[in-house]
Amino acid sequence: MNHVPTDSPALACRGLVKRYPDVVAVAGLDLEVRRGECFGLLGPNGAGKTTTIEILEGLLDQDEGDVEVLGRRWRTDRDELRRRLGVQLQETQLADKLTVEETLRLFRSFFTDGPTVTELLDLVELGAKRASWVGKLSGGQKQRLAVACALAGRPELLFLDEPTTGLDPQSRRQLWDVLGRFRAAGGTILLTTHYMDEAHALCDRVGIMDGGTLIALGTPRELVASIGAAHVVEFAVEGAPPADEVLHSLPGVRDVRHRDGHVALATSELHATVPALLDRLRQDGAALSLLGTHSATLEDVFVSLTGRHLRDD
Amino acid sequence: MTDRGGASHPLVELTLARFREFLREPEAVFWVFAFPVIMTCALGIAFRSRGAEPVIVGVVQRDGAAALTATLEAAGGFSVRPIAPAEIERALRDGRAPVVVVPGAPPVYRFDEARAESQVARLAVDRALQRAAGRQDAFVAEERPIDTIGSRYIDWLVPGLLGMNIMGTGLWGVGFSIVQARTKKLLKRLVATPMSRAAYLASHVLSRLLFLAMETVVIVGFAWAVFGVGVRGGVAALAVLALAGALTFGGLGLLVASRARTIEAVSGLMNLVMMPMWVLSGVFFASSNFPDVMQPFIQALPLTALNDALRGVMNEGLSLAALRGELAILLAWGLGTFALALRLFRWQ
Repeated sequence: MNHVPTDSPALACRGLVKRYPDVVAVAGLDLEVRRGECFGLLGPNGAGKTTTIEILEGLLDQDEGDVEVLGRRWRTDRDELRRRLGVQLQETQLADKLTVEETLRLFRSFFTDGPTVTELLDLVELGAKRASWVGKLSGGQKQRLAVACALAGRPELLFLDEPTTGLDPQSRRQLWDVLGRFRAAGGTILLTTHYMDEAHALCDRVGIMDGGTLIALGTPRELVASIGAAHVVEFAVEGAPPADEVLHSLPGVRDVRHRDGHVALATSELHATVPALLDRLRQDGAALSLLGTHSATLEDVFVSLTGRHLRDD
Repeated sequence: MTDRGGASHPLVELTLARFREFLREPEAVFWVFAFPVIMTCALGIAFRSRGAEPVIVGVVQRDGAAALTATLEAAGGFSVRPIAPAEIERALRDGRAPVVVVPGAPPVYRFDEARAESQVARLAVDRALQRAAGRQDAFVAEERPIDTIGSRYIDWLVPGLLGMNIMGTGLWGVGFSIVQARTKKLLKRLVATPMSRAAYLASHVLSRLLFLAMETVVIVGFAWAVFGVGVRGGVAALAVLALAGALTFGGLGLLVASRARTIEAVSGLMNLVMMPMWVLSGVFFASSNFPDVMQPFIQALPLTALNDALRGVMNEGLSLAALRGELAILLAWGLGTFALALRLFRWQ
């Protein structure tokens, strides 16, 4: 399998467009994923993440644009690519009445190279559940099984579409551990998520998607730095807050946002912004009902780019 | 030896998966195994051979009714039911009596010309009354009634039920599980692997064969044990026919399920496919009852071919060579539908 130069990207697409009768799901997307990296597509629901990943997986045909996966093309090298890729789909329900082991045996049988069924069970820590019906597993166990199925052919590139959506924190961490082991063995990952902490924890690079295009690209650190404000101050007052111009004039403030009666100030100088804000509120005689600060995150990057939040909750 | 990490060939694993899923679904097992046995049992009891049965005669209650009743009872073989004068039409209509006699000189016979049972009852009553009135028969024929195994209704019925069951389980078993896999996006997940699509479809047909062996043994075994229905042409020939039938209807099931997106849609399609064959293909009554102009169509239906062939083997002891026409029809349907399904199939 090494007849392709390994310095070629694991995945590259240019000018990707996918139209549906009522919506343009992907509107001219360029993307490159390097070998050995974990790349995250971050964005809200409806941003075009799933459509993009399904085109890259060869499950959907694009209307325009060019896709190259592991130096190969879907049109001419479909069979080879199927053997070299691992795929986990967002909404697949595996057969409820097969056991974990039977399910893995089935998926493993499609590949002529890869870990044994027992190794796969160990890899995702489902050895103790090997004889359980899939229908009896918890959400986290089901997702780990889905990832194990994706790993059955020892893939070079793993596609994961919202792998931890709906999971509790502990289950998410367990899945992250599985993905960490895959990467330690040299694997490349492309995943979609709408959890900024997941992108932070797993991804070397992140592409932020909105409205079918990439609106930002970089390492999580670069993206956070790009908004020019390392911290966010959130506050709420009883009555009307000071006008935006007033807040903008406070030292260090780079951006002012309103949401649900809260005001969020993105700032590069937390130590200067907070005292100035408190002085100002005292002069106005406004009573604080909430005050908090946090380090800027990818969520704040998304908010500063689009004025909207990643998740509508 | 190919490395499959402890798993078998994909076709084996896919077939086993289908087989296990089915066995773990209690309702499916009931419909496949218990239902045909209950059906055979109920129909067997309803249509069992009971020897010569008395002819039911309605006698209208007016002058001469008592004498007429006495005459019929003396002749033997009649069961007389008194009918009120106002009730004649209704008694004929609701089947209380196939023939109603109005006493008089001469008597009047009321009956339904279109019903064979009614005709026969009229003839029997007429003969008894004529003889009682003094008619002499020109001759008395020697009568040799038959009740040999292989010629009773139950003997005719069981192969038809077997054929119907092979059709029903083939269509439902294949169609349902495929549409379910499609709605659960499992099909989409499977085509994202190097799995051969033909192997996936073939595994559905193959898993039917495993069940088929069991279904056939249960139905034929039950009919043999309880009603003494035999297999004159040998078990091997029966097995070949059952196999051909399962392939045929497995293929048809694939075709029916090839594009349906919901369980409701596929259920409707299945009934659309099966309903004409229940009626036309000779399950409960002979397909020769339909007009000649329909016969070429009826004979080309897969269930007609299967039922005819099953009856040929079970009742008439025909060899497979004699049934090659029916086998050819079955195989043509099986291969044709499989090939078409593979082309039309909607994987996501």
